This record gives sequence, structure tokens and C-alpha cells, in this order.
Amino acid sequence: MKFQKKFGQMKPRVPTASLPDVIFQLILFFMVTTTIKVYDVKVRYILPEAKAIEKIENKRLVSYIWVGRDGRIQVDDNIVQLDDIVDIMYRKRQENPNVIVSLRIDRESRMGIVIDIQQRLRKADALRINYSTLQKL
Amino acid sequence: MLKRRQRVEAEIPSASMADIAFELMIFFLVATTFDVDTGIGLVLPPAAETTEQVKVKQSDIAKLLVNAAGEVLLDGELITIPQIRETIKNKIKQNPKLIVSIKTDRETNYSRYIEVLDELKLAYNDLREEYSLRTYGKSFKDLNRDQQEEVKKAIPIRISIAEPEEVK
Repeated sequence: MKFQKKFGQMKPRVPTASLPDVIFQLILFFMVTTTIKVYDVKVRYILPEAKAIEKIENKRLVSYIWVGRDGRIQVDDNIVQLDDIVDIMYRKRQENPNVIVSLRIDRESRMGIVIDIQQRLRKADALRINYSTLQKL
Repeated sequence: MLKRRQRVEAEIPSASMADIAFELMIFFLVATTFDVDTGIGLVLPPAAETTEQVKVKQSDIAKLLVNAAGEVLLDGELITIPQIRETIKNKIKQNPKLIVSIKTDRETNYSRYIEVLDELKLAYNDLREEYSLRTYGKSFKDLNRDQQEEVKKAIPIRISIAEPEEVK
């Protein structure tokens, strides 16, 4: 006796037409959930160059101070006065004791302003700093 | 009567569409670079009022002075910037407890200061490299994290920023 298979003649197929949609959904999800903090830099500056530079591994710890060619100082999104730095940085240090202050200072600046900022940072007890530089080739 | 051919439904193979989408995703993942902050790290000394003065022997300090004209003086003697690396290296080899103190004038150019700091860092990097080659027989960057910490502890970076004369 011979049994004839009734089913299974056709190859079963998983419908794959909607797979790209699933992937696109993934892309969209990641695009929407990723937030990138972008600062609006209001001062004009060119960083100095150095050879022995290192990367800051943990970006969350970093807060920035910009000093432009005209000597204006920016912290976060605002232009600030020299003496405001103490308060701002003190607050930042309370939120995050391991804060690294990255100094983005124009290469043509005088050391006077750098010294002044460093003195303010010492007062605020934000002692870990980083002189932001470009890679010298 | 003509025999009508049976129509086969035309189909675009869509199985590989997902792969294309993945490829797109991977491309953007790789091509996106967040601007990584690079620079020279340093730890400032605590505020002058809060800590008592620690006495350090004069012989343990190398004084680097960068004056307003951009000239560098090491312990009172004029030195060119490319010389700093070797000179400091030799000094640290002679005295591992050496502290390098940097002092600048208010009028000193910032990029000159960075150049000097860079040379110092290079000197310390060279020493660490030599130490790791000596002890582990490997380059510093090939060591694992614990070993790197070990080397860092053996050759600490002792750069001190001198107290400015007057504060505005």
C-alpha cells in the first residue's frame, strides 16, 4: 500500500518581505533614543597642537570651558565672567565629584587668562583638568 | 482555440532586502564619529588656603620657567624646547623623586606653554616605555590594564603648576 502525502508538496516559506521593515524600525528606534549633547559654541577658537595626547575615555565626566581669541569665556551654553566659574564648577563638582574640566583655549591666548581660570577651578575644587589639543603630526 | 499560458505571478526577491538595510545600519554606525576629546590631562594642586605647605627639598625640584618672550629656562638656564625631553628624562633617571614645576608669565603664549607641557609628557612617556620594556619585555601600549597601572605607579607624573605670583 502506498500512502500519498497530501501536504508537504510545497516548500514552506517564511515570508521575508517585511524583514527590512523590521530592521528599519530598529534603525529608527536607535536614532530616536540616541541623544547627543551638542554645545552651541559662541566663541571662536583654534586649539593648539601636541604630540603626547590622550583620549578622555569617559565623556560623561567632562565639562567644557571655552576661551575664544577675543578672551571671552564660555561654560556650557553661556558666556560667563571669570568669577562665575567658581560657582558653576562648584555646582558641577557636587553633582559629579570626578568631573574633568576640559579647557578649550585658543592657541593665541595669553597665559594670564589660563592662570586666572585655573585659580578659579582650584577654588571650586575641580582639580582634574585637560588641555584640549589637536594631534600634531 | 489557443491555449492560454498560465500566468505566473511576477515577484521581486525580497529576502535580501533585510541585508541591505543592515548594511546601511552598519555603514552609519561605522561612519559616525563623535568628536572625541583629546588633550593633555593634568591635576591642579588644591587651593592654597586649604592645604598646609609641604616642604620639598630644593634638589627634588626642577624649575621650568616660560617667560613672556617664549623662552624656556630650566633652573635658570636657557634651554630650547626640543632639548626639554632629553634633559628632563636624564634628570628623572638621576632622581626619581623629581618634581617638575612649571611657571609661566602672564604674557606667555598659551601654545608655547602647551609645547613645553607636551615635551614633559613625552619625557614621561619615554620613561614609562623604557620601564615596561625592562620589566615586562613589552611595549607600554601592549600591556594589560593592571600592568599599565603598575607602570604608572612606578613612574608617576609629577608636574606641578607653580603658584602664580599675584592673582587678579
